[in-house]
Amino acid sequence: MKFQQIDQFAANLRADTRESVHSGSKAGHEKRTSVLFDHYADPNRLRQIAGEIKQHVVENLDTYLPAVEARLQANGVIVHWASTAEAANEAVYSILQARGAKKMVKAKTMVSEETELGHFLEKRGIECVETDLGEFIIQIDGDHPSHIVKPIIHKNRREIATSFERHGLGAYNDDPETITRRARAHLRHKYLEADVGLTGANFVVAESGRIVLVTNEGNSRFCLAATKCHIAMIGIEKILPRDRDLGLLLNLLARSGTGQQLTVYTEFIRGPKAAPQEDGPEETHVVFVDNGRSEVLASDCREILRCIRCGACLNVCPVYRQASGHAYRSVYPGPVGAVLSPLLAGKQFPELADLPKASSLCGACNEVCPVNIPIPDLLLRLREKGKREGSEAAAAATPPMGAWSVMATQPAAWKLAMFGGKIMNVLPAKYIPVPALQAWQAKRTLPAWRGGAFRSWLRTRAQPAADVRSAKSEG
Amino acid sequence: MSSDRDSILSRVRSALAPLPERAALPDWERELVIMRNARGAVDAVALFSERLVLVNGTPLTSAADLVALLEKNGWRRGYCDPALWPGLQAAFPATFTVETLFDRSRVDDYQFGITAAAGGIAETGTVILTDGGTSRRLAALAPWVHVAVLSRRTIFVDVPEAVAALGSDPNIIWCTGPSKTADVEGILIEGVHGPGIQVALLVD
Repeated sequence: MKFQQIDQFAANLRADTRESVHSGSKAGHEKRTSVLFDHYADPNRLRQIAGEIKQHVVENLDTYLPAVEARLQANGVIVHWASTAEAANEAVYSILQARGAKKMVKAKTMVSEETELGHFLEKRGIECVETDLGEFIIQIDGDHPSHIVKPIIHKNRREIATSFERHGLGAYNDDPETITRRARAHLRHKYLEADVGLTGANFVVAESGRIVLVTNEGNSRFCLAATKCHIAMIGIEKILPRDRDLGLLLNLLARSGTGQQLTVYTEFIRGPKAAPQEDGPEETHVVFVDNGRSEVLASDCREILRCIRCGACLNVCPVYRQASGHAYRSVYPGPVGAVLSPLLAGKQFPELADLPKASSLCGACNEVCPVNIPIPDLLLRLREKGKREGSEAAAAATPPMGAWSVMATQPAAWKLAMFGGKIMNVLPAKYIPVPALQAWQAKRTLPAWRGGAFRSWLRTRAQPAADVRSAKSEG
Repeated sequence: MSSDRDSILSRVRSALAPLPERAALPDWERELVIMRNARGAVDAVALFSERLVLVNGTPLTSAADLVALLEKNGWRRGYCDPALWPGLQAAFPATFTVETLFDRSRVDDYQFGITAAAGGIAETGTVILTDGGTSRRLAALAPWVHVAVLSRRTIFVDVPEAVAALGSDPNIIWCTGPSKTADVEGILIEGVHGPGIQVALLVD
C-alpha cells in the first residue's frame, strides 16, 4: 500500500517550515475566534445568514450573471467572459495589446494564480509585477503561495533576506522592517511606470455593479491610483445581491481572515475615474472567469462556490498545520482546497482525488467558515466520487476494508484476528506484513493491543445489566 | 468572447436546471452586525477617535497639533488639497514647503499629503475617501503621512450605515489605519505601499 501523498509530503517537510506554518496558522485562528466572539453576541448567526446569501447567489447565477453584466456596462465597465484559464489570459493580453501596454502591476488575485497569468504574460514580453509583499517574494523566488491570505507563511525572514539580496534589493538584512521598506521603495516606481493595474475582486454587487477589493498593504489602491487602465479578473461566483449585504460580508471577511474589524483598505469601484479626479483608470475592464466553476455548479458540491477566500479553514485545520499549503499540489490549499482543487481540475480530477482524504473530518473547517460551507460533507462526497472513478490517488492508503468485512461478519475469523493482534505486543511492527500497520507505525506508535477485552468485560457484567432492564420494565 | 459568454451562461443554466427549488435570499436585520460594545447611545466622534487609535491611527483636533506632529518628526515637505490650504496655511510656519499641485514624477518628495475625507466610520476608526471629495488618489497614498481632514458631522456609526451611504461616486475607499503587512513571519509592519502614519484631522 502506498502512502497518501499529503502524508508523504508532511513527513518530509523541513522542521522550520512546519513550525512557521503551524504557529502562523494557529495564531491566525486564535485571533479570528477571539475577535468574532468579543465583538458579536452571536457570530454563528452571522455565518449562517452569510452562507444563505451566498448559497442563494450560487443557485441563481443564471439570473445574477446577466444582471451584474448589465449593471457593470451601465457604469461604464467593459465586460469580458472567459470559459477557460487560457481564454482569461488571452482576454487580459488582448486588452494590453489594444493599449500598447508593456508593463503591468498586479495585486493579489487567486483566480490569476489559477490561470497562471503572470507566466503567460511574461512569455509574451509583458513585465508583470506582483505587488503584494508576500506575492512579490513568491515571484522573485519562482515559488508558489502556500496560503490564500498569507502566501509566504512557509518562509522565514532569513530566506526572504537571501532572496532580496539575490534579486539586487540591497545587502543581506533580515529585519522585517528593512525588508518591507526595500519593497516599498522598489515597488512604488513599478506602479508609476505601469500601463495597467490588474486586481481580483472580493465581491461584485449585482444591484450596483460595485467591485469590492480589500487589501491591508494598499497595493491594489496603488495599482488603481497610478495606472490608467484597471482590469479585474473575477470568478463568476463572486457576486453579492445587494450593497447592504456588504455590511455583513465585509465584517465577516476581515475577522475570519486576519482577525481585523476591517481590512485596512476597502475599495468600492463603480467604474473609470471621473473628473476632477486626476489619478486612476480611464478604462475599467472586468473579465468573468469560469475555468471549471460551472462544472462545480453542476456537481453535488456546489456549496463550495460560496467561498470568500478568507483562509480561516486553513488556519484551523490540523492537517494543513502539519502539512503546509504546498502539500495540496494546487492553487487552493487546506480544507477549501481539498474540495475545490479536485473539482476545478476537471478531467484531471483523479490526480487530485486523494486531497479529500487529507482530513480527519473533525469539522473545524465548517465551524469557522464565514459562509458556513459544510466542508466535511463535501469531502465525503468527493471521496465517494474518487472511489467510483477508480482513482489510484484516491485508493492510496485505504485500509483493507474487504478483509475487515470478512473479519467482522465471521465469528471464527474475528476470534482468530483478536488472537493474531496479540502478536503485535511482542513483534516489532516492521516484521508484521500488514501494509496499513506499517504505514501507521512509520510516524506514530500504536497503543498496546487489548483485543477481546470488551467481550470478556461484557460477559462478566451480563448479569447486572439484565437486572437493570427488568427493574426498568417493572417500574 | 461573446461565444465564451454564451457558453458560460448556457453551462450555468443547465447546471441549475435540475434543482427542484432555488435557495431564497434571506433578509437580515442590522441588529445582527451591531457590535456588543456599540449598543445604545453612541458618541460617534469619541468612538471614532478611540477606534482610530486602536488601529494605530492618529486622531487630531487642531491644525496646530498637526503642525506640531509634523515638526517633531521633521516632515516639512508635503502636499495639500488646494481647497483646504487656505484654511490651514496660517498654522504652518515658513519652514514648511507645501505644494497644492501633486507631481507624480516626484512622489518621494512629499512626506505628507493632506486631503479631504468624505466621511468616517466610528466603530472601525475608518476614514472614507471619494473621487469627488479627495483631490488626488496618489497624494493620499504615496506620502509617508496621510492627513485626512474629516468633518465631525460626516462620521457614520458603523459599517452598515456607511454602506447604505455609498452613493454613486465612481471610486470610494475606506482607510482603516496605516497601510500594513504581516507577511514576514506574522510580524506587523506599517507603511508597506501606503502611508505609515494615518492622521484624521477632525474639523467642524
